[in-house]
Amino acid sequence: MTANVTKSGVRIGSAYTSWTDLFQKYGIFIILVGMIVIMSMTNETFRTSSNVINVVNQVAVNGIIALFITLVIITGGIDLSVGSSIACGSVMLGYVLTLNPSAGTIPLACIAAIVFCGLAGVFNGIFIARFRMTPFVVTLASQMMLRGVAYIISGGRTFTFNTPAFRTIGQGKVFGVIPVPILVLLGTIVIAYILLHMTRFGRHIYAVGGNERAAEASGVNVTRVKLAVYTLMGVFAGVSSIVLTSRVYAGQPSIAEAYEFDAIAATIIGGTSVNGGIGSIPRTIVGIIIFGIINNGMNLYGVNTYYQRVVKGLIILGAVLLDTYMRREKK
Amino acid sequence: MEQANYHLHVNNVSKSFPGVKVLDNVSFTLKKGEVRAFLGENGAGKSTLMKILMGMYTPDSGEILFEGKPIHFTNPKQALDNGISMIHQELNPIPDMSVADNVFLNRETRIPGTPFRDKRDVERRTQALLDQFKMNINPKSLVRSLTIAQTQMIEIIKAVSCNARLVIMDEPTSSLDGDETEKLFSIIKELKKRDVAVIYITHRLEEIYRVADSVTILCDGRITGNAGINDLTEDQIIARMVGRELAELYPKVDANIGEVVLEVKGLTKPGVFEDVNFQLRKGEMLGFAGLVGAGRSEIMRAVFGLDWFESGEIFIEGKKTIIKNAEAAINNGIAMLPEDRKDWGLIGCRSILENASLASLRRYRRAFLDKKMERDEVIACVKSLTLKYTDINNNVFSLSGGNQQKVVLGKWLLTNPRILIVDEPTRGVDVGAKAEIHKILSTLASKGMAIIIISSDMPEIIGMCDRILVVSSGRITREVHRDEIIRKEVTQENILESALKEVAV
Repeated sequence: MTANVTKSGVRIGSAYTSWTDLFQKYGIFIILVGMIVIMSMTNETFRTSSNVINVVNQVAVNGIIALFITLVIITGGIDLSVGSSIACGSVMLGYVLTLNPSAGTIPLACIAAIVFCGLAGVFNGIFIARFRMTPFVVTLASQMMLRGVAYIISGGRTFTFNTPAFRTIGQGKVFGVIPVPILVLLGTIVIAYILLHMTRFGRHIYAVGGNERAAEASGVNVTRVKLAVYTLMGVFAGVSSIVLTSRVYAGQPSIAEAYEFDAIAATIIGGTSVNGGIGSIPRTIVGIIIFGIINNGMNLYGVNTYYQRVVKGLIILGAVLLDTYMRREKK
Repeated sequence: MEQANYHLHVNNVSKSFPGVKVLDNVSFTLKKGEVRAFLGENGAGKSTLMKILMGMYTPDSGEILFEGKPIHFTNPKQALDNGISMIHQELNPIPDMSVADNVFLNRETRIPGTPFRDKRDVERRTQALLDQFKMNINPKSLVRSLTIAQTQMIEIIKAVSCNARLVIMDEPTSSLDGDETEKLFSIIKELKKRDVAVIYITHRLEEIYRVADSVTILCDGRITGNAGINDLTEDQIIARMVGRELAELYPKVDANIGEVVLEVKGLTKPGVFEDVNFQLRKGEMLGFAGLVGAGRSEIMRAVFGLDWFESGEIFIEGKKTIIKNAEAAINNGIAMLPEDRKDWGLIGCRSILENASLASLRRYRRAFLDKKMERDEVIACVKSLTLKYTDINNNVFSLSGGNQQKVVLGKWLLTNPRILIVDEPTRGVDVGAKAEIHKILSTLASKGMAIIIISSDMPEIIGMCDRILVVSSGRITREVHRDEIIRKEVTQENILESALKEVAV
């Protein structure tokens, strides 16, 4: 009685793919290209090379966080403590560099920040992986605790630096053109990509987020995978704290408030599923850049910062709505 | 034919899914107060037919008349509103709400003149229903505190309270014990008295003679029998259900049975299983028979390192081995195809490839994952299992049940196990794939793999295994050898009897 419903579609190679499948796969990339084209056509400043570098430089800190929060979200978790962790890293840098402001102390200070943030990640990981507590609750608690710790270490004050060489990480340029934060971001991309897409560990991350029980029954050590993911998140929160602290050239306990939310937003725009099991590094990179272009575009057009927040929120809603809709239609 | 006499009249209904005809010109009728048993193997089309009655699918052709009127439901709500109700095999009440609130969910009465729900009224009405069916349940107690049988009865009450004139029961006794089954039968009799028609889907032949008036048998989407309950013998029913030679469905290949590879001694987890001892030999297919909940899966999960156990020892090739998790089990050459494919077997949102290689990733590890090697090995493996797929990167849930099961099987074969445990390997799998899976298992055994099969499908256990252990209440109560089966000294009924026997402690 009812005829078979035929959907319009395209042929790619030998496989027949429907438009929805195609959009599901490449939609976010199409949106990015569309945004770049429209912005370039309507705004002269946007397409200048200095603005392009500026956009990437602006997203570096958020990008480093987003890349590793992608791993966390793919395991089906979340990390709300990143901003607080960065603050701890920042005051660690301040503390060490105040003790000895010579340029030779910089590596030690950086290691201190990374180790501290890494330990914060281990802390989260133990409660989440070993004691099987909800990541939301654990990291909400550590968000508060770590922020407190940052204020305790610093005694509530801001560390001002007297180590000019430290500026290089956040403000320096290689060959006088490429800002150092971009290089740090690129390095982080490479590491995150290799971990997620080229190793056994990466497959285990997807498996844990996709179906924890099936992963366990297939010999995946779920506890170890989760512990590793939160630890990595901590370590790279440490890396981003170095870039950020150097950029503002001050060690502040109040720094990076709510930074995790921008990173989560970029990840979600990239199509990573908050239910776990789905997402990729290239997609998160696109999410980060889209997020950066939105910020940059609104600044170029002189949109009031209050409205900017509303727009960003709407874009996240739109991205997730589209994603949900696409998935539902596939059924 | 006077259609008006019939309560339900299903006429030449057909339904196809891409590539398969699931229902082929299916017709049957149902009178008021008639209990009709529906029989058929997994994949025969029973559940599709029921989903059509409930408005979850639309038929491609044919018509359905209910109480003389043609019906075209597009969702279960419409079916409910028109007097058709279904008790699903997996019940889904809200555990933290009371019995009364569950029964009247979405139909709460309000205290007159206020927007507040009338808790007392709902409880009173539920109590009245419970009394009518002689059920000793407090309407105020939480559904969480009820047994599965009681929960099921609540669902039936709910159906009656919705004024259902046709109740479909999908394998209602699959998780009930003897007494609970009796109780269910008396409730079905009560429904009959009220002129409610019942479609009773089951796999248990012995039940239908007690509860049904008539029987409909489905095989590969076609009706192979429509008769009064006393017009067909059990053997005739089985022949019509299977629709093919049993030898073809259970292709047992002779294997050389070798030395002991796995020995379990005194395995105990109080309240779950006790003092479990068995040996498994190279090339042997060892069956674990018993009722659902007897502890078979739990024993194997403990052996595989997924669950803890209190005492006992496991020997692999004579060496005492401690298996603390699945990873250790895999490293010791054990593989386990779990009972619940969706929950424990597959990562639903990932591809066929990623699912198949998940347990053997270590093999493809060079500096990074050697994706070409991974892909080549996975494809070679799934091809040998005759997996039907279009693209190895497609989502694993895009496959049919039988093919999903082959992916899980492939995942385990890629780990090169010496011991393969399969828990309900053909549940939810169509007949064709079932025969293929049996053939694969049989071939593996003939090549020297030691295989344990847990199955509630008696013909499967009898048809495939060299030796059968019957588990009852967490203990091994009987051992049956293949020659006893061949000499017909032991039959399906004998084994079931042992499975039902209470263990004298």
